[in-house]
Amino acid sequence: MVAKIEQDHSRFKQIVRGKIKKELKKYITQGELIGRKGKNIVSIPVPRIDLPRFRFDPHQTGGVGQGDGDVGTALGPGNPQDGSGKAGDSPGSHLLEVEITLEELAQILGEELELPNVEPRGKKNIVTEKDRYTGISRSGPESLRHFKRTYKEALRRQIISGTYNYDDPIIVPIREDKRFRSWKVSHQPESNAVIIYMMDVSGSMGPEQKDIVRLESFWIDTWLRSQYNHIELRYIVHDAVAKEVDHDTFFYIREGGGTKISSAYKLASKMILEQFLPQDWNIYLFHFSDGDNWDGGDTAECVSILEKDLLQKINLFCYGQVKSAYGSGDFLYGLEEAFPEDPRLITSKINTKDEIYDSIKAFLGKGR
Amino acid sequence: MNLSPELGKLRDEIKAYALEYGLDPFETIFEILDFDQINEVASYGGFPTRYPHWNFGMEYEHLKKSYAYGLHKIYEMVINTDPSYAYLMENNALVDQKIVIAHVYGHTDFFKNNQWFSATNRKMMDGMANHGTIIRRYAEKYGYEKVEGFLDICLSIDDMIDYHSLFIKRHAIAKREPVEEDEDDDSEVSIKLRSKDYMDGFVNPPDFVEDQKRKLAERRTQAMKFPEHPEKDLLMFLIDHAPLENWQKVVLSIIRDESYYFAPQRVTKIMNEGWASYWHSTIMTEKCLKDSELVDYADHHSGTLGTSPGTLNPYKLGIELWKDIEDRWNKGKFGKEYEDCDDMDFRKNWDKHVGLGRQKIFEVRRVANDITMIDNYLTKEFCESHKLFAYKYNDVTGMYEISDRDFRAIKEKLLFQLTNSGQPIIHVIDGNFKNRGELYLYHKHEGIDLDVEYAKDTLQNVYAIWKRTCHLETKMSDRGKLFSFDGQDHIELNITSSL
Repeated sequence: MVAKIEQDHSRFKQIVRGKIKKELKKYITQGELIGRKGKNIVSIPVPRIDLPRFRFDPHQTGGVGQGDGDVGTALGPGNPQDGSGKAGDSPGSHLLEVEITLEELAQILGEELELPNVEPRGKKNIVTEKDRYTGISRSGPESLRHFKRTYKEALRRQIISGTYNYDDPIIVPIREDKRFRSWKVSHQPESNAVIIYMMDVSGSMGPEQKDIVRLESFWIDTWLRSQYNHIELRYIVHDAVAKEVDHDTFFYIREGGGTKISSAYKLASKMILEQFLPQDWNIYLFHFSDGDNWDGGDTAECVSILEKDLLQKINLFCYGQVKSAYGSGDFLYGLEEAFPEDPRLITSKINTKDEIYDSIKAFLGKGR
Repeated sequence: MNLSPELGKLRDEIKAYALEYGLDPFETIFEILDFDQINEVASYGGFPTRYPHWNFGMEYEHLKKSYAYGLHKIYEMVINTDPSYAYLMENNALVDQKIVIAHVYGHTDFFKNNQWFSATNRKMMDGMANHGTIIRRYAEKYGYEKVEGFLDICLSIDDMIDYHSLFIKRHAIAKREPVEEDEDDDSEVSIKLRSKDYMDGFVNPPDFVEDQKRKLAERRTQAMKFPEHPEKDLLMFLIDHAPLENWQKVVLSIIRDESYYFAPQRVTKIMNEGWASYWHSTIMTEKCLKDSELVDYADHHSGTLGTSPGTLNPYKLGIELWKDIEDRWNKGKFGKEYEDCDDMDFRKNWDKHVGLGRQKIFEVRRVANDITMIDNYLTKEFCESHKLFAYKYNDVTGMYEISDRDFRAIKEKLLFQLTNSGQPIIHVIDGNFKNRGELYLYHKHEGIDLDVEYAKDTLQNVYAIWKRTCHLETKMSDRGKLFSFDGQDHIELNITSSL
């Protein structure tokens, strides 16, 4: 039948993603389909490319519709004519935004940033065991009996011993005939990862900075999820003291003390020691701060922890420095000086939201 | 995939009912496709082999997402050919397939008997395939990007045809025969085609190109006004007079040909969908439906006819109109006596038991199109009982809102939407404007302004074909305007209308 739609389909997708035919960019609109997912009404983004044509100003045409309502009743901002005219339920007031599936998102991200697939380090794969009922045994519980095998055994015995009656074929198995299903253990390697996010929440980190961190974490999270089967997330916030928190708190907390980055690194180290043995886990550390560390030698302390402890155990350590009104940004230089060529440690500056893109590329672009 | 024996029997059964009722469909070949295949075919408008273009990819994306989110299932797909081809979706329930088969026979009866289709090419399956082949060959020869870019331009003006000329028999652009002389040289040389009519001019290489150049030069010197009468078919005009390379002329002709092929479907959408819905409903409820299938039938049927608040569902409007006509002609609710009657109650209870309903609807299905159907058969009572309204955009609130429930306003609005298939009426007035070979287009303003940004970009596309300055005269907010594009800049002038 038809196989050509793939070519046309992928060409369409490429245009919409702005990769080719950029002159068509201005004709791309985000249309919307209203659909359902389970019991929720959802809004599905569907990009459209509308080639220019001679047409009426849509705000002047209006049209004819059907339904209740007095003159003056509003119908909504979208032109009702744009609907397909086929069946759809009334949208009501609660619309969920449907995500493109996260896999699609991760895929686009990977393509855009040209991220290589992550290669989990060999020994870090957990081997999981699974029981699969593919074996046969002569003993077992009735619930596991294997009918066909048992029948065959009984049949064979009866034929051999001559007790099988062709005219009246009844098979009666005896204990020796019975066969039962039993399990075999199969091993499957599974790659696992844990991401530990650390964020400076001292007074100098404002909502804008936290926004940047949140955005960047989301993308990193999405990407790494698509690379690993099983992912654990941990969140550490710190000012002069560090503590572990949950996801929501991580982004909304507002502390505001001084800044002692080593507290976070120490806590991370402890977490790894207690919960995530390096031989079982691929470990990723991300730290975001404005770089204004406590002067009294704390940076040196951090370098020491990294060098002697953390960097030995992790796949990747990334430090992103956001810009704040008050920060001096010295921490970044401290790290760069101490680890100029280390592939396990990557730093980047993220001054504005636009720089998130480059930062992610820097962090994840090596396939670790 | 062919129909299973069970479905084959069903099809025969339903066809027999259809014929019993007086339907006269084309021979219809049903095929089963799975969900993905039917989406693909639907993306191509029902023709599995068409020219390559991202537009079809876009359709596919929308259909896939629609289906994935349970928005609508394509139940049926049928095309206007003889024999007709119709596609059923593989895993649909039996009751659904019954509905679809009945619905399809309604459509093929309509395609065969409605006069607006009388001049369409019933062998379009081959036609589309040929078009696809020709364009693919060009893509190989001149590069896909180049051909696609030109297609984008053609598609931008593909509705610039003459809807009043639908009865002119058009010949398919025949399969390309191997050219005897140098194959590589066909940018100047035309392809030898076994064809007639407007394609005739392409048959003579290389004189044709010389001929064109000479004609244009002549026109310029003679300052003769052409076209003699305002020309609605812009595509035809460009094919004949624009300095296009031969392959471009062929591509533009293909686009034009397909546009004319689909045009009757565009101007009869409400009627046609209504007709098919009317018949599937009749055949199912009077003949085919098993008791056990009732709920599923109701579900499917109401799904097709459902409306979201505000939107006009052509299936629903169509079927209700047909039922209304049948009812009125059964009861004698027509003619001078009825029209003149002022008493609302009297009108409501009018029933002369004339029984002409069925006969009338068959007649209407033969001669009418959406415009004439609405014009002749949309009544005040109908608008009221179906709660129709006219709506317009409110600049202040930024929303569309109901503007009128008056019958005349509704009818006028509906007719306007349907006229010229809802497109602005634009003619070619002058192909040698200012005696400089410039192209002059005129928009017949009827109260609604053009979308300016789109108009300017489309004008730019026309320039890409005409290669000399193009003008478009129109009105904005009641003021005469002249938009021009000279290849570099867009110019906008205030003018007093020239016509």
